[in-house]
Amino acid sequence: MNKFNKALNYVGLFLSIFTTMRFLRHIGRYMIMLYGVFKRPTKAIVLKELILKEIDDLIIGSLGITAFISLFMGAVVALQTALNLDNPLIPKSLIGFATKQSIILEFAPTFISVIMAGKVGSYVTSSIGSMRVTEQIDALEVMGINPLNYLIFPKIIALLFYPFLIAIIMFVGIAGGYLAAVYGGLSSSEDFIVGLQDSFIPWHVAYAFIKTMVFGLMLATIPSYHGYYMEGGALEVGKASTTSFVWTCVAIIIANYILTQLLLS
Amino acid sequence: MIQVNDLRKSFGDEEILKGITATFEKGKTNMIIGASGSGKSVFLKNMLGLFVPDSGEIIYDGEPINEMQIERKSNLRKEMGMLFQHSALFDSLTVEENVMFPLRMFTKMRLKERQENANEILERVNLVGLNKKMPSEISGGQQKRVALARAVVNNPRFLFCDEPNSGLDPKTATVIDNLIQEITHERDITTVIISHDMNSVMEIGETIVFLKDGKLAWKGTNQEIFKTDNETVTDFVYSSNLFKKVRIAQNKGL
Repeated sequence: MNKFNKALNYVGLFLSIFTTMRFLRHIGRYMIMLYGVFKRPTKAIVLKELILKEIDDLIIGSLGITAFISLFMGAVVALQTALNLDNPLIPKSLIGFATKQSIILEFAPTFISVIMAGKVGSYVTSSIGSMRVTEQIDALEVMGINPLNYLIFPKIIALLFYPFLIAIIMFVGIAGGYLAAVYGGLSSSEDFIVGLQDSFIPWHVAYAFIKTMVFGLMLATIPSYHGYYMEGGALEVGKASTTSFVWTCVAIIIANYILTQLLLS
Repeated sequence: MIQVNDLRKSFGDEEILKGITATFEKGKTNMIIGASGSGKSVFLKNMLGLFVPDSGEIIYDGEPINEMQIERKSNLRKEMGMLFQHSALFDSLTVEENVMFPLRMFTKMRLKERQENANEILERVNLVGLNKKMPSEISGGQQKRVALARAVVNNPRFLFCDEPNSGLDPKTATVIDNLIQEITHERDITTVIISHDMNSVMEIGETIVFLKDGKLAWKGTNQEIFKTDNETVTDFVYSSNLFKKVRIAQNKGL
């Protein structure tokens, strides 16, 4: 039994070293990719058009679904807060306060970024992955174009506009909460607005936008990495999209914790 | 002219290219032939700089590619045209935009001028009226012709074709082969074609390099390939029933 345990320990040790090495290899390659993105830039006029197209695809194209989700999430937060207010000593303005805090601090930057990892991340991975499979990336390289700059740089720049999307999402989320609370008869308009204004800390908004910028960078680069370095055929494009979604979510959740520790505590 | 000296390339423990030396002449359609897995595509990708060789030299008009600075290598690539096996047209661009792509990236031409150039070359490859179509809306043969137009629109000094007529019907394949040969002669460029189609070899193979198991097994012309006694080559050439019958007929003096 002792020998068996010892053997198991060795297997465990080997597996953890192997996993760590593989993980480090990915990190290294990801860093090299980021370096490559800023080398040998594409012609400025072409880049400008690519950036505008990416803003349209990644930011404006996501506005509808994220606003829809945000409207209803804001409404649900307001409803849940109102339904849990049993004590008459607690002011009704808490509904507005709780909606504002949860939307600005967590829901808009983090939850929407996880949704974006599914929507935008899968699109980015599959589009770049398909280009890899069909030799379009090789074609760019043979022409003397830096494919990393041509394909990924416009996405990074486009996602610098991500905070604008999140600002709209914050507004729509709070509006959803207002509509649910006021028109659902749970709070008066005045109480809700007092709650919104109560203990307003501008740094919280800045914190949300800092997080958004970091998440935007992750949304542009992690799915691009999984698409760019994928190997195989059409089936692997699907697998790469799933893997990219999982890793983008993991990175967002971990970064969220670290940034909260750094910026709020 | 492209000169390749003692080119070697391995992936892990497996040596794919085992010291190949060959010359590809200017103004001629130079063919690399061999069975699947003989190292043709790896050889071409090394020549294009998509793979870095383990050892050996690739010399473009007297300039060794491995001694070039990144900037020079990048400029050299702008003088290369490549026709990929599966066309590799950009999905998000129309036929016309695909053809104009190299002009847009590397020249200061205005849109009208680019369109004129694109139309001229599209006419040359018999593709009139398809300018606004997306690659997914045209046939495989038409995609190949668009890819050929894109490869030569920028007047490259070197043209590479990876199995240009694979998956095409014999008639379309002949059209593509003839276009490649005509453009090579007209523009006096160095063309390197990978193929395992013996019809192509017979039609346009002005110089032929035969690879087997990552080694150069034979070199010559399309006239010589049917006369050689090299067993490796004859095995490959006469594996086709058609050529087998032709040989039998020749032997019988018919």
